[in-house]
Amino acid sequence: MSIETPLPVLKPTDFASDQDVRWCPGCGDYSILAQMKKVLPTLGVPREKTVFISGIGCSSRFPYYMNTYGVHSIHGRAPAVATGLKCVRPDLQVWVITGDGDGLSIGGNHLMHAIRRNLDINIVLFNNRIYGLTKGQYSPTSPLGQKTKSTPMGAIDNPLHPLSIAIGCEATFVARSIDTNINHLGETLKRAAEHPGASFVEVYQNCNVFNDGAWDYAKDRDTKLDTTLELQHGKPLLFGKLREKGIRLNGMNPEVVELGKGITEDDLLFHDERSPEPSLAYLLSRMRYEDGFPEPIGVFRCVDAPRYDALINGQIEEATQKRGQGDLEALFNSGDTWTVE
Amino acid sequence: MDTLAPHKPIAPLDDATVRFCGDSGDGMQLAGTQFTNTSALAGNDVATFPDFPAEIRAPRGTKAGVSGFQVHFSSNDIYTPGDTVDALVAMNPAALVTNLEDLRDGGVLIINKDSFDKKGLEQAGYKSNPLEDGSLSHYSMHPVEMTKLNRLAVEGFGLTQKEADLCRNFFAMGLVFWLYDRSLEPTLRFIAQKFGKRPEVAEANTASLRAGYHYGETVEAINTQYHVAAAKLPPGKYRNIMGNTALAYGLLAAAKLSGKRLFLGAYPITPASDILHELANHKNFDVLTFQAEDEIAAITSAIGASFAGEMAVTASSGPGIALKAEGMGLAVMTELPLLIISVQRGGPSTGLPTKTEQADLMQALYGRNGECPLPVIAASGPADCFHAAQEAWRIAARFMTPVILLTDGYIANGSEPWRIPQLSELRPTEITHPAPTDNGDAFLPYLRNERLARPWAVPGTPGLMHRIGGLEKQDVTGNVSYDPLNHQHMVDTRARKVALVADDIPMQTVDGPASGDLLVVSWGGTYGACATAVHKVQHHGGSVAHCHLRYLNPLPKNLGEILGNYKQILVPELNLGQLRMLLRATYLVDAIGHNKVQGKPFSVGELVEKIEHLLST
Repeated sequence: MSIETPLPVLKPTDFASDQDVRWCPGCGDYSILAQMKKVLPTLGVPREKTVFISGIGCSSRFPYYMNTYGVHSIHGRAPAVATGLKCVRPDLQVWVITGDGDGLSIGGNHLMHAIRRNLDINIVLFNNRIYGLTKGQYSPTSPLGQKTKSTPMGAIDNPLHPLSIAIGCEATFVARSIDTNINHLGETLKRAAEHPGASFVEVYQNCNVFNDGAWDYAKDRDTKLDTTLELQHGKPLLFGKLREKGIRLNGMNPEVVELGKGITEDDLLFHDERSPEPSLAYLLSRMRYEDGFPEPIGVFRCVDAPRYDALINGQIEEATQKRGQGDLEALFNSGDTWTVE
Repeated sequence: MDTLAPHKPIAPLDDATVRFCGDSGDGMQLAGTQFTNTSALAGNDVATFPDFPAEIRAPRGTKAGVSGFQVHFSSNDIYTPGDTVDALVAMNPAALVTNLEDLRDGGVLIINKDSFDKKGLEQAGYKSNPLEDGSLSHYSMHPVEMTKLNRLAVEGFGLTQKEADLCRNFFAMGLVFWLYDRSLEPTLRFIAQKFGKRPEVAEANTASLRAGYHYGETVEAINTQYHVAAAKLPPGKYRNIMGNTALAYGLLAAAKLSGKRLFLGAYPITPASDILHELANHKNFDVLTFQAEDEIAAITSAIGASFAGEMAVTASSGPGIALKAEGMGLAVMTELPLLIISVQRGGPSTGLPTKTEQADLMQALYGRNGECPLPVIAASGPADCFHAAQEAWRIAARFMTPVILLTDGYIANGSEPWRIPQLSELRPTEITHPAPTDNGDAFLPYLRNERLARPWAVPGTPGLMHRIGGLEKQDVTGNVSYDPLNHQHMVDTRARKVALVADDIPMQTVDGPASGDLLVVSWGGTYGACATAVHKVQHHGGSVAHCHLRYLNPLPKNLGEILGNYKQILVPELNLGQLRMLLRATYLVDAIGHNKVQGKPFSVGELVEKIEHLLST
């Protein structure tokens, strides 16, 4: 009798750790966690080869809830921790979980550099436009005028837009999804995981305690088809309940147009996530609900570029080929030497 | 070998100290390095002290731009670059005015006369020309028309005047090489190697070097040559090595012998950058050097590499170490092995980037939030950096803890002969990682061994999935815990673990009598000056011993007993008394300080004076 041990088929529950999840009831993080557990078994990467690295904040508790390897590191530093890890162990699948405060405020520098180096890691930024763990101060993505505990007269600093930052760093994979749009979120995470290079995913995530409803316009059944636009590679930018509206370029500026009356789909902007030039993706990242635009969700940009982890190890290989494996004795004895009898 | 027969008498010397000084652009560091290597190859013991400004190019000819390199070479065992200078080469008036006070009376003074023009004298603040006003009469002064003679020497090689003047340091070198009866061969080899791609430059430098040498041979004003015979160093093969290079070699050896990849996360900072540069050149040793976006990323990337199971290092200096404090806290909490190398410089803040100091001991011991102990060790000299790096890694890996290794600008840039070790002499650090399991039980990342070290489970290993982080952990399980008694237990445990390192390090020894009137206690880069001063006083019959500490945390177990055996304790430090405070607090001894914060190392003379003063009271 032959004994075959087939690869174990993992289920979402296999990725759940034994720890109680302690986010507030109703938090958008639960949905992201659920989708992550659903997606991971489909990737064919064993649990022990998966690592979650996070910083500080509500989102950063994420690694504790995954039955994988994980580090809950320090505020803002997760991309740097992930960089060291991925450089020495390129075989591991590394996820960075961060938030709008962790990733864009205290950790902005690390985020920027991890993205521009195009390290093969997946960065998921939970954007709830508020500091939750410190109980309700405004964040770098809070809108102007937002009244919070630390801005009783309204926020006066112009907000950052995560995807614009990522595209500015020439990210090779940029996407956006929404915590409650579970199928889209799952699909987006899967694509991020499959992308070789730094994947950056912004998730609109609701903090129902300190900033409830921040994304209602994009989540509400009645409005979401008018306020969001699902990007599809090679397809025109269409949206609206009846897909009756689209985005057209007028010079360098996007504009919302209604189809009909002489305007056809062919007049619209067609989405090309593979465009080597990031300007169109940047333009999409700047389309804001408050300016009368639908906010795109889906993959903004997905291109190939050299990856830091591969390059750093490639240089080691190259040096080893050229000079042979390092020989301590030869190194110590290099240069001018003399002997004392 | 240069076969030119000497025409002048050669006077034997036990040792000599030469200082080359000039403008930052005058190539004095190169001259000093070449003279050092040549002296080392001649079998001398050598010790060097490069001293250069923080500015890359201060205005030419100004005092701010003066760069110097001092070499002490000897036929005896030496530990310092020398207090006073026997021969001073001054390439311009600013160099003369800023260095003259260190030249001994009657010392040789070689001066580039051509630079003593009106402008040069003004920039140096001279009211009259010291070459003419008799103020240098108590030195053996040799004004040389160096610029002019050098230009003549390189005529015909097609160099511009500016390029020709760049060779001037080789002329000066040639003259000093003749003065101290040194071979030109090593420098000729260096020239061929360094300028091989520009033959006209190589030929010009060669011509300058020889011209300087022949000038010494020919000119009648210099009538004596000196010779320092080979030193009686322990048998073996030697090379000259700088502290930062030795440290990098120590890291390479530690990684290789423990079967690890070496990951260095670093951000450029003086005087630590050369560790990054050196390691970046040895990628074929499976070394990953990551020039991070900042000091914080440098240490946290290293923590990532450590979590991944490899040998992780970060290297910096005071201001950078300040930024790494938070990362060190995480490494203490996650109990991961990590080396933090702190090459101390003058502080606080940006301080004196190119000058030495040892004022970061308290930063190393305590500069973090919470009860955050970690082992701290300090290298005592350039060659010792090699051993200290390996010892730091041994402790880090055996105890699953970050370790701070302290050096300083003086030993990082200083050099001395290094007896090249056989690989068999090096002590490998054996590291074990827990094996994969499939029993379905939760892995226990904080289950401790007899040293209280937790297991180093490496990602990729089936069955050992676990999460660590900066929040307080429940012992054994590693789960997040806010339980008050657990926190007390964990704080106590982390402290106990570091204290246990004391069982794993050698007992403290003293150099000198086991009891007596005075014990000099030192640590780090002041070893050479303290050892030399104590030897001198011992030689004159003083009841003094020297106790040099490598381990600052934990302190050696017998240190308290040693301190009790002497009537007085003297702690010389290049700070305001940091080790002294620690010794007083730990052992309740009335230790006396000798403290200096001038960006300069101790001179032997000032320590001898202090010791003799204490012995006479």
